Amino acid sequence: MKNEMKIQFSALSQNESFARVTVAAFIAQLDPTVDELTEIKTVVSEAVTNSIIHGYENSSDGIVYIEVLLDEDTVKLTIRDKGVGISDLNEARQPLFTSKPELERSGMGFTIMENFMDEVEVISEPSYGTTIHLTKFLAKNKAVIN
Amino acid sequence: MSLNIGLEIKHTVLCIRLDGELDHHTADELRSKVDDILKNKKIEHIMLNLEGLDFMDSSGLGVILGRYKQIKSNNGEMVVCAISPAVKRLFDMSGLFKIIRLEENEEYALQTLGVA
Repeated sequence: MKNEMKIQFSALSQNESFARVTVAAFIAQLDPTVDELTEIKTVVSEAVTNSIIHGYENSSDGIVYIEVLLDEDTVKLTIRDKGVGISDLNEARQPLFTSKPELERSGMGFTIMENFMDEVEVISEPSYGTTIHLTKFLAKNKAVIN
Repeated sequence: MSLNIGLEIKHTVLCIRLDGELDHHTADELRSKVDDILKNKKIEHIMLNLEGLDFMDSSGLGVILGRYKQIKSNNGEMVVCAISPAVKRLFDMSGLFKIIRLEENEEYALQTLGVA
Protein backbone atom coordinates (compact mmCIF):
# COMPACT_ATOMS: atom_id res chain seq x y z
CA MET A 1 0.00 0.00 0.00
CA LYS A 2 1.24 3.46 -0.91
CA ASN A 3 0.90 6.29 1.54
CA GLU A 4 2.08 9.82 1.02
CA MET A 5 2.20 13.21 2.69
CA LYS A 6 3.31 16.70 1.73
CA ILE A 7 4.27 19.69 3.82
CA GLN A 8 5.56 23.13 3.02
CA PHE A 9 6.90 25.77 5.36
CA SER A 10 8.84 29.05 5.50
CA ALA A 11 12.61 28.80 5.09
CA LEU A 12 13.30 29.57 8.75
CA SER A 13 15.86 27.76 10.86
CA GLN A 14 13.35 27.14 13.65
CA ASN A 15 11.43 24.93 11.17
CA GLU A 16 14.34 22.48 10.77
CA SER A 17 13.31 20.66 13.92
CA PHE A 18 9.63 20.73 12.86
CA ALA A 19 10.54 19.20 9.49
CA ARG A 20 12.58 16.26 10.78
CA VAL A 21 10.18 15.47 13.64
CA THR A 22 7.15 15.57 11.30
CA VAL A 23 8.79 13.29 8.72
CA ALA A 24 9.91 10.89 11.47
CA ALA A 25 6.36 10.77 12.89
CA PHE A 26 4.95 9.87 9.46
CA ILE A 27 7.56 7.16 8.87
CA ALA A 28 7.07 5.66 12.34
CA GLN A 29 4.12 3.63 11.00
CA LEU A 30 6.60 1.43 9.07
CA ASP A 31 8.18 0.52 12.41
CA PRO A 32 11.73 1.53 11.50
CA THR A 33 14.67 0.85 13.82
CA VAL A 34 15.91 3.66 16.06
CA ASP A 35 19.00 3.95 13.84
CA GLU A 36 16.94 4.23 10.66
CA LEU A 37 14.78 6.93 12.21
CA THR A 38 17.86 8.87 13.34
CA GLU A 39 19.35 8.60 9.85
CA ILE A 40 16.17 9.90 8.21
CA LYS A 41 15.86 12.77 10.71
CA THR A 42 19.49 13.70 10.04
CA VAL A 43 19.14 13.76 6.24
CA VAL A 44 15.93 15.82 6.44
CA SER A 45 17.80 18.27 8.63
CA GLU A 46 20.70 18.42 6.16
CA ALA A 47 18.55 18.98 3.08
CA VAL A 48 16.26 21.55 4.75
CA THR A 49 19.26 23.42 6.17
CA ASN A 50 20.80 23.50 2.68
CA SER A 51 17.61 25.00 1.26
CA ILE A 52 17.51 27.68 3.96
CA ILE A 53 21.19 28.65 3.96
CA HIS A 54 22.19 28.06 0.35
CA GLY A 55 18.96 27.90 -1.68
CA TYR A 56 17.30 30.93 -0.14
CA GLU A 57 20.45 32.47 1.35
CA ASN A 58 18.71 32.96 4.70
CA SER A 59 15.81 34.92 3.25
CA SER A 60 12.66 33.81 5.08
CA ASP A 61 10.42 34.58 2.08
CA GLY A 62 11.35 31.21 0.61
CA ILE A 63 9.27 28.05 0.97
CA VAL A 64 10.68 24.56 1.52
CA TYR A 65 8.61 21.64 0.17
CA ILE A 66 8.81 18.08 1.48
CA GLU A 67 7.06 15.03 0.10
CA VAL A 68 7.26 11.61 1.69
CA LEU A 69 6.09 8.45 -0.04
CA LEU A 70 5.91 5.15 1.81
CA ASP A 71 5.72 2.12 -0.44
CA GLU A 72 5.94 -1.20 1.41
CA ASP A 73 9.25 -0.83 3.27
CA THR A 74 10.66 1.88 1.05
CA VAL A 75 10.79 5.52 2.12
CA LYS A 76 11.05 8.10 -0.66
CA LEU A 77 11.73 11.66 0.37
CA THR A 78 11.66 14.68 -1.92
CA ILE A 79 12.96 17.96 -0.52
CA ARG A 80 12.67 20.94 -2.82
CA ASP A 81 13.30 24.66 -2.88
CA LYS A 82 12.88 27.38 -5.48
CA GLY A 83 16.12 29.06 -4.52
CA VAL A 84 19.32 30.00 -6.30
CA GLY A 85 20.26 26.45 -7.32
CA ILE A 86 23.68 24.81 -7.35
CA SER A 87 26.02 25.73 -10.20
CA ASP A 88 28.52 22.88 -9.73
CA LEU A 89 26.89 19.74 -8.33
CA ASN A 90 30.05 17.62 -8.36
CA GLU A 91 31.87 20.19 -6.29
CA ALA A 92 28.93 20.58 -3.88
CA ARG A 93 28.85 16.81 -3.23
CA GLN A 94 32.55 16.57 -2.32
CA PRO A 95 33.10 15.78 1.38
CA LEU A 96 34.11 18.90 3.35
CA PHE A 97 33.39 21.22 0.42
CA THR A 98 31.41 24.30 1.42
CA SER A 99 30.57 27.47 -0.44
CA LYS A 100 30.08 29.25 2.88
CA PRO A 101 33.13 28.62 5.11
CA GLU A 102 32.54 32.00 6.78
CA LEU A 103 29.33 30.57 8.27
CA GLU A 104 31.32 27.64 9.71
CA ARG A 105 29.56 25.13 7.51
CA SER A 106 31.22 21.72 7.77
CA GLY A 107 30.66 20.74 4.14
CA MET A 108 29.34 17.35 5.25
CA GLY A 109 25.66 17.68 4.29
CA PHE A 110 25.68 15.71 1.03
CA THR A 111 28.20 13.19 2.41
CA ILE A 112 25.84 12.46 5.29
CA MET A 113 22.88 12.08 2.92
CA GLU A 114 24.88 9.63 0.78
CA ASN A 115 25.97 7.63 3.82
CA PHE A 116 22.56 7.44 5.48
CA MET A 117 20.35 6.80 2.44
CA ASP A 118 20.39 4.10 -0.25
CA GLU A 119 19.83 6.46 -3.17
CA VAL A 120 20.50 10.18 -3.50
CA GLU A 121 19.58 12.16 -6.59
CA VAL A 122 20.12 15.91 -6.83
CA ILE A 123 18.53 17.97 -9.56
CA SER A 124 19.49 21.60 -9.60
CA GLU A 125 19.39 24.49 -11.97
CA PRO A 126 20.75 27.94 -11.19
CA SER A 127 17.90 30.38 -10.37
CA TYR A 128 15.23 27.64 -10.55
CA GLY A 129 16.07 25.80 -7.35
CA THR A 130 17.14 22.41 -6.11
CA THR A 131 15.26 19.13 -5.72
CA ILE A 132 16.73 16.25 -3.75
CA HIS A 133 15.30 12.74 -4.04
CA LEU A 134 16.34 10.45 -1.20
CA THR A 135 15.39 6.77 -0.98
CA LYS A 136 15.85 4.39 1.90
CA PHE A 137 14.96 0.70 2.02
CA LEU A 138 14.11 -0.17 5.60
CA ALA A 139 15.84 -3.18 7.14
CA LYS A 140 12.90 -5.59 6.87
CA ASN A 141 13.36 -5.31 3.11
CA LYS A 142 17.07 -6.04 3.28
CA ALA A 143 16.79 -9.14 5.48
CA VAL A 144 18.09 -12.15 3.57
CA ILE A 145 18.23 -14.66 6.41
CA ASN A 146 15.01 -15.70 8.09
CA MET B 1 12.79 20.87 20.64
CA SER B 2 15.69 23.05 21.57
CA LEU B 3 19.13 23.00 23.09
CA ASN B 4 20.07 23.62 26.70
CA ILE B 5 23.60 24.92 26.96
CA GLY B 6 25.40 24.42 30.27
CA LEU B 7 28.56 26.50 30.67
CA GLU B 8 30.99 26.32 33.56
CA ILE B 9 34.58 27.46 33.95
CA LYS B 10 36.90 25.20 35.95
CA HIS B 11 40.31 26.88 36.30
CA THR B 12 41.08 27.61 32.64
CA VAL B 13 38.86 24.90 31.16
CA LEU B 14 35.50 25.85 29.66
CA CYS B 15 33.07 23.00 30.33
CA ILE B 16 30.24 22.91 27.78
CA ARG B 17 27.37 20.52 28.50
CA LEU B 18 24.75 20.12 25.78
CA ASP B 19 21.26 18.83 26.34
CA GLY B 20 18.76 18.53 23.47
CA GLU B 21 19.21 19.02 19.74
CA LEU B 22 22.14 20.66 17.98
CA ASP B 23 21.22 21.78 14.46
CA HIS B 24 21.69 24.92 12.34
CA HIS B 25 19.13 26.82 14.43
CA THR B 26 20.61 26.02 17.84
CA ALA B 27 24.23 26.10 16.61
CA ASP B 28 24.02 29.89 16.23
CA GLU B 29 23.08 30.29 19.90
CA LEU B 30 25.85 27.94 21.03
CA ARG B 31 28.41 29.80 18.90
CA SER B 32 27.55 33.23 20.32
CA LYS B 33 27.46 32.04 23.96
CA VAL B 34 30.79 30.25 23.75
CA ASP B 35 32.47 33.02 21.78
CA ASP B 36 31.36 35.54 24.39
CA ILE B 37 33.18 33.56 27.11
CA LEU B 38 36.28 32.94 24.97
CA LYS B 39 36.50 36.67 24.34
CA ASN B 40 36.10 37.78 27.94
CA LYS B 41 37.65 35.04 30.07
CA LYS B 42 41.03 33.37 30.17
CA ILE B 43 40.21 29.98 28.65
CA GLU B 44 42.87 27.46 27.72
CA HIS B 45 40.95 24.28 26.90
CA ILE B 46 37.40 23.18 26.11
CA MET B 47 35.69 20.11 27.53
CA LEU B 48 32.55 19.22 25.58
CA ASN B 49 30.13 16.85 27.30
CA LEU B 50 27.54 15.49 24.83
CA GLU B 51 25.79 13.07 27.19
CA GLY B 52 22.39 14.78 26.87
CA LEU B 53 22.58 15.43 23.13
CA ASP B 54 19.65 13.65 21.44
CA PHE B 55 20.28 14.88 17.91
CA MET B 56 23.06 16.45 15.91
CA ASP B 57 23.65 17.16 12.21
CA SER B 58 26.44 18.67 10.11
CA SER B 59 25.71 22.15 11.48
CA GLY B 60 26.80 20.76 14.86
CA LEU B 61 30.03 19.49 13.32
CA GLY B 62 30.61 22.97 11.90
CA VAL B 63 30.14 24.81 15.19
CA ILE B 64 32.32 22.31 17.09
CA LEU B 65 35.05 22.56 14.46
CA GLY B 66 34.88 26.36 14.65
CA ARG B 67 35.40 26.38 18.43
CA TYR B 68 38.22 23.86 18.05
CA LYS B 69 40.01 26.22 15.65
CA GLN B 70 39.67 29.08 18.12
CA ILE B 71 41.04 27.15 21.08
CA LYS B 72 43.75 25.57 18.92
CA SER B 73 44.96 28.99 17.76
CA ASN B 74 45.87 29.64 21.42
CA ASN B 75 47.57 26.24 21.69
CA GLY B 76 44.67 24.81 23.65
CA GLU B 77 42.94 21.47 23.35
CA MET B 78 39.37 20.30 22.90
CA VAL B 79 38.19 17.07 24.51
CA VAL B 80 34.79 15.52 23.83
CA CYS B 81 33.15 13.02 26.16
CA ALA B 82 30.01 10.93 26.72
CA ILE B 83 29.18 10.77 23.02
CA SER B 84 26.27 8.68 21.69
CA PRO B 85 26.75 6.13 18.87
CA ALA B 86 24.71 8.31 16.45
CA VAL B 87 26.81 11.42 17.11
CA LYS B 88 30.00 9.35 17.05
CA ARG B 89 29.15 8.23 13.51
CA LEU B 90 29.09 11.85 12.32
CA PHE B 91 32.41 12.58 14.04
CA ASP B 92 33.92 9.48 12.39
CA MET B 93 32.52 10.39 8.96
CA SER B 94 33.99 13.89 9.07
CA GLY B 95 37.37 12.90 10.50
CA LEU B 96 36.91 15.12 13.57
CA PHE B 97 38.51 12.52 15.86
CA LYS B 98 41.82 13.13 14.13
CA ILE B 99 41.96 16.53 15.81
CA ILE B 100 39.58 16.30 18.78
CA ARG B 101 40.30 13.82 21.54
CA LEU B 102 37.49 11.53 22.73
CA GLU B 103 37.21 10.40 26.36
CA GLU B 104 34.61 8.17 27.95
CA ASN B 105 33.37 10.50 30.68
CA GLU B 106 33.66 14.03 31.95
CA GLU B 107 35.66 13.17 35.07
CA TYR B 108 38.40 11.51 33.08
CA ALA B 109 38.30 14.17 30.35
CA LEU B 110 38.85 16.89 32.95
CA GLN B 111 41.67 14.89 34.60
CA THR B 112 43.53 14.75 31.29
CA LEU B 113 43.24 18.54 31.06
CA GLY B 114 44.78 18.94 34.51
CA VAL B 115 41.53 19.67 36.36
CA ALA B 116 40.76 17.23 39.17
